[in-house]
Amino acid sequence: MGLTFAAQLAERDVDVRFEVATGETLAVLGPNGAGKSTVLSLLAGLLAPTSGRADLEGSVLFDVGASRRTLTEPRERGISLLAQEALLFPHLSALENVAFGPRSRGVPRTAARATALGWLERVGVAELVHRRPHQLSGGQAQRVALARALAVEPSLLLLDEPLAALDVSITPTMRLLLREVLQGRTAVIVTHDPLDAFLLADRVLVLEGGRIVESGATAEVLTRPVTAFGARLAGLNLVQGRRTRTGFAGGNGIEVPLADRLPEGTALVLAVRPAAISVSLSSHPGADAAVVRAEIDDVEHRGDLVRIHAAGLAADVAPADAVALGLVPGIAVDLRIRHGDATVYPTRREQQDSGRSTAGSGR
Amino acid sequence: MELTPARLPRWILVLAAVGGLFVVLPLVAMALRVDWVHFVPLVTSESARAALLLSLRTSISATMLCVVFGVPMALVLARTSFRGQRILRSLVLLPLVLPPVVGGIALLYTFGRRGLLGGTLEALGVDIAFSTTAVVLSQAFVALPFLVLSLEGALRTVGTRYEAVGATLGATRWTVLRRITLPLVLPALISGAVLSFARALGEFGATLTFAGSLQGTTRTLPLEIYLQRETDPDAAVALSLILVVVAIAVVGAAHRVRPLGSLAPARPVAPALRRAVDTH
Amino acid sequence: MGRMRFRTRGQRLLLLPAALIAALGISACGADETAGSADTTAHSGGGSITVFAAASLKEPFTALADQFEDAHPGTDLTLNFAGSSDLATQLVEGAPADVLASADESTMERVRGADLLDGEPVTFATNILQLAVPPDNTAGIASLADAARPGVKTVVCAAQVPCGAAAARLQEAADVDLAPVSEESSVTDVLGKISSGEADAGLVYVTDVRAAGETVLGIAVPEAADVVNTYPVAALAGSQDPGTARDFVDFVVGDDGRAVLEAAGFGAP
Repeated sequence: MGLTFAAQLAERDVDVRFEVATGETLAVLGPNGAGKSTVLSLLAGLLAPTSGRADLEGSVLFDVGASRRTLTEPRERGISLLAQEALLFPHLSALENVAFGPRSRGVPRTAARATALGWLERVGVAELVHRRPHQLSGGQAQRVALARALAVEPSLLLLDEPLAALDVSITPTMRLLLREVLQGRTAVIVTHDPLDAFLLADRVLVLEGGRIVESGATAEVLTRPVTAFGARLAGLNLVQGRRTRTGFAGGNGIEVPLADRLPEGTALVLAVRPAAISVSLSSHPGADAAVVRAEIDDVEHRGDLVRIHAAGLAADVAPADAVALGLVPGIAVDLRIRHGDATVYPTRREQQDSGRSTAGSGR
Repeated sequence: MELTPARLPRWILVLAAVGGLFVVLPLVAMALRVDWVHFVPLVTSESARAALLLSLRTSISATMLCVVFGVPMALVLARTSFRGQRILRSLVLLPLVLPPVVGGIALLYTFGRRGLLGGTLEALGVDIAFSTTAVVLSQAFVALPFLVLSLEGALRTVGTRYEAVGATLGATRWTVLRRITLPLVLPALISGAVLSFARALGEFGATLTFAGSLQGTTRTLPLEIYLQRETDPDAAVALSLILVVVAIAVVGAAHRVRPLGSLAPARPVAPALRRAVDTH
Repeated sequence: MGRMRFRTRGQRLLLLPAALIAALGISACGADETAGSADTTAHSGGGSITVFAAASLKEPFTALADQFEDAHPGTDLTLNFAGSSDLATQLVEGAPADVLASADESTMERVRGADLLDGEPVTFATNILQLAVPPDNTAGIASLADAARPGVKTVVCAAQVPCGAAAARLQEAADVDLAPVSEESSVTDVLGKISSGEADAGLVYVTDVRAAGETVLGIAVPEAADVVNTYPVAALAGSQDPGTARDFVDFVVGDDGRAVLEAAGFGAP
């Protein structure tokens, strides 16, 4: 059961297919314009797909094809949406906002208010029941909006960058609240922040240009990314390469011996943290390390460290070392990576995802 | 030293003052001409009372017609899109710029005895000619665009995001309309209705052309003023003042309803509202 | 304007609005001054006069003005047609004019009362009421009594305007009570309701019926001969060219005027 989703939307060039098991939270990551919010709108019923089908706990959300067009009304989908802005109805009090959903589903006024009060207590703003939205802070409003979304007991909760519009000082507590209410709940969360994905999601799906480019368990995608975007999210260097007879050969000349049994020619990526790359003017390749010689492209000052860009890699060095070595763009350096610091894995990871999610049909 | 709140070039202030005088001075001049000794008898004469009562009655009816038909029209214009919508909107707003006499002639050719619908109406036993109904139709015709215009603008400003949230929370279309859309645009609806009422109250040309002029039936206050002017300019001036006072009261009431005043959120939300749901 | 002087820089700010007000006020200023002074002449040379005439006189007076200009080379007539009481109000408020031709005597009396006449008014024409009906006369109106039948929609002028006062007297003379569905404020409005078929019958002047051409049908009312409306004409005291003004009054009252007015349906005084 859970959610199965497959949809194409021609005018936005979106073609996405995924599943979410009951009780599981899926994070959808990706750059701006990747189609993340489009996916949410398709789920919520605010957009109709060109073609595709989605089912939630056995009932059809939409089924659109050449000869069929089933579109369930948003109100009958059992899906709640929490957006970046709280979007509380400005003419209703906090309590009435939360009671709106139950009331709309036919719950008598008194019972609906009791339910609403329960949810407001649960999200920690019970004392604000009679406030109007304009009397609430951004964080308070978002808590009320969360209570409103949950008060209808949705089969699926959609969260569209729920923390993006909040003051940074209150995002940690709000994130913890979300973590609490998402336990055991089927949810899809769109976010820019890998931290959200780590703390809130069981699995991650990376969209780019309307297609899924990565997907898998959160820890898996964020420690062993296979795309540049995934690597940037995880703060890792990513080197594309392939299996040679002896090991991994990267596009930038890095070679690392491997002991696996993968066939020669298999597409592989190497991931390494910038802090694990040491920079020197010259060094000797040892048995336990790979060395790439390259000219420095750029030197980036980042507070208490200096990031050196060379050979498509980023390396972090201490400012004092950077000064002592005279690291400026244009000079040649050796970038040294100990074999133990590099992680090498195949670019395709169907075997890890077995059945839970599959890459988009486009790429 | 205090700073002036708005630093405008002085000539702007001068021109604004001249413009203000241009509007206010004629009203003052008229008030100065009022024969205050006979004011009360002049404005409480039988014909004057009949005209004022008829004006209030018909203007209220016309306003109700405007609300009943104008709200759905504004919703259709603001929340749907179809071929020819822009042309339709222009046509709906036409009475705003049309000389009222032209409106009267058009109504005559539509609802008159020999008009487009005249035969049908006659068969149904409805006789609009020279009736109070004709006055209400004239007033509604010229007043409707005010309501549609202000409401459509408000609906577009509020956007569809709240309605989308309501729908995902399980509300039917009717519930969304009743509990979200209409409350959100209520200030605009009220001020639009008040403007329509004021426009109906001042209606003259279309009524004169289409409905005629008979005390207690079709002779509204503007028509009474026009007629009194022939023989009793003092009465005309006194009644004009009454009309001005009623209009000022109505416009004042409309301004008390501040657009989204108490509803305005603490932080600016307008740009967010303008982003339609489908930009996601 | 020439009297205004601006002494300080600050006062220059007042120039613009003052000029605007002056621009808006030009016609009103002219009106105020014309009544008393003959030297503020905007027209060049003699023989330029303005004639205020009742709306019902539009056709005959337009023809008469052409004839008068032909007969008096160098003269230039400006005609202003409106309801008689509007004309009287404008004159009393100071509008510049040389001749007034009114559709009733009470209007002329108002102008005389304001001491604006140059000499006595002269009656130059008469007019009587007629029943006007739509061309197809669907209600089958043949007499004033028919117009009073229940179910017949009859329209008259309101008692406040001359044609309405005449209609009231006619009903009294004929002992008929019309119970009109509307009391219009002008003959034009009465004719409009009849020509559009909205009303079945209406009382207007015989000259109005004639001027309306084929859009309405006129039915003579015998008793109308007892309710005669008289048209007085007079030169005005504020005239810039009293000679030409008096000449035009004589022309209207004389044989030439008589012929044109009769052709338009007006009766002799």
